[in-house]
Amino acid sequence: MTYCGYCGKPTGEADHAACARRLGVIDPPRFCQRCARRMVVQVTPAGWTASCSRHGEIHSAR
Amino acid sequence: MTTAPEQLDVLSVAREQVLERGVGLSEEQVLRVLQLPDERIGDLLDLAHRVRMRWCGPEVEVEGIVSVKTGGCPEDCHFCSQSGRFPSPVRSAWLDIPGLVKAARQTAETGATEFCIVAAVRGPDQRLLSQVREGIKAIREDGNDIQIACSLGMLTQEQVDELVAMGVHRYNHNLETARSHFPNVVTTHSWEERWETLRMVREAGMEVCCGGIIGMGETLAQRAEFAVQLAALEPDEVPLNFLIPNPGTPYEHYPVVEGPDALRAVGAFRLALPRTILRFAGGRELTFGDLGAKQGMLGGINAIIVGNYLTNLGRPAQEDLDMLQELSMPIKELSKTL
Repeated sequence: MTYCGYCGKPTGEADHAACARRLGVIDPPRFCQRCARRMVVQVTPAGWTASCSRHGEIHSAR
Repeated sequence: MTTAPEQLDVLSVAREQVLERGVGLSEEQVLRVLQLPDERIGDLLDLAHRVRMRWCGPEVEVEGIVSVKTGGCPEDCHFCSQSGRFPSPVRSAWLDIPGLVKAARQTAETGATEFCIVAAVRGPDQRLLSQVREGIKAIREDGNDIQIACSLGMLTQEQVDELVAMGVHRYNHNLETARSHFPNVVTTHSWEERWETLRMVREAGMEVCCGGIIGMGETLAQRAEFAVQLAALEPDEVPLNFLIPNPGTPYEHYPVVEGPDALRAVGAFRLALPRTILRFAGGRELTFGDLGAKQGMLGGINAIIVGNYLTNLGRPAQEDLDMLQELSMPIKELSKTL
């Protein structure tokens, strides 16, 4: 099962189009897509990093 | 026979009063601007742009910001995803010194002259002030001479003096909204407490940066009230944000400000504050999209935050820099700010 990085709910359970829009424009992921834990997110001028206590760190492409 | 002031076209009045004489609009006049029909927005933005060019010049001040302490704030600002009082998904985080130095370097590389260090706190404690002091020292040791601003909440006089000694040249502390609306937005401290910090900042010789957020349930009359209250403060800079309805906050379900309303606000604030640095800040991506950002830059705005914000993302800095180039708007150089 995977989870929405914006709202933390299972991706198969609801419509996440609005979540995807937010993630595509102004929000970094706040929830781990593998376990739905809230992540520690640091936004910087040119990117972001998000850390899940279980699954480690992900970061922006730019 | 003379015409009663309320019957005169407010933009005609503004042309003579603001453009020619540099006198900002009154509260009643700002309200009339905010009530202009959509078909007059083009005229409003054209006038606001001419006012900006006449009283501020063509240069655009570019700034980057970073959150050095995210989340866990004890205050209850209803718009803020960093309040510890709401079930927001934002978790607490501290940015270490190398991270701060890197953020400052990334900002300087865009050509920005300002770098603002921000913390989600009621006011700074010794740990935070030490972090800021060490951070500024490390930024300078990195060979970065970008101007440093701070936004650390409400200050004591001693803390104001400490920031001056650190070389902080500008302090941001937003009044956020009209005085009459503030108690609906924040209950853990008062508008007057914020004003007191701003007074101390000004008297200590730092530049005052003070703005707010459009779209927090204020009426148009309160939006006008806010514009003239800011004008009375005579800030060096006014950052204009548009509400981002963030999950978990009391304003989660508030609507995003409509583009035409946002453009009216941009024009109206410029006509109330003809000489101030008026900065496009958070929320413009949701409210305007790409096209509106350009309209705003041609409607009285003369400063932008490039790159990301504190907890939300902005457009890539290069897109904004390309936009400024396309608009033939030069970026203010560091040497001209000293």
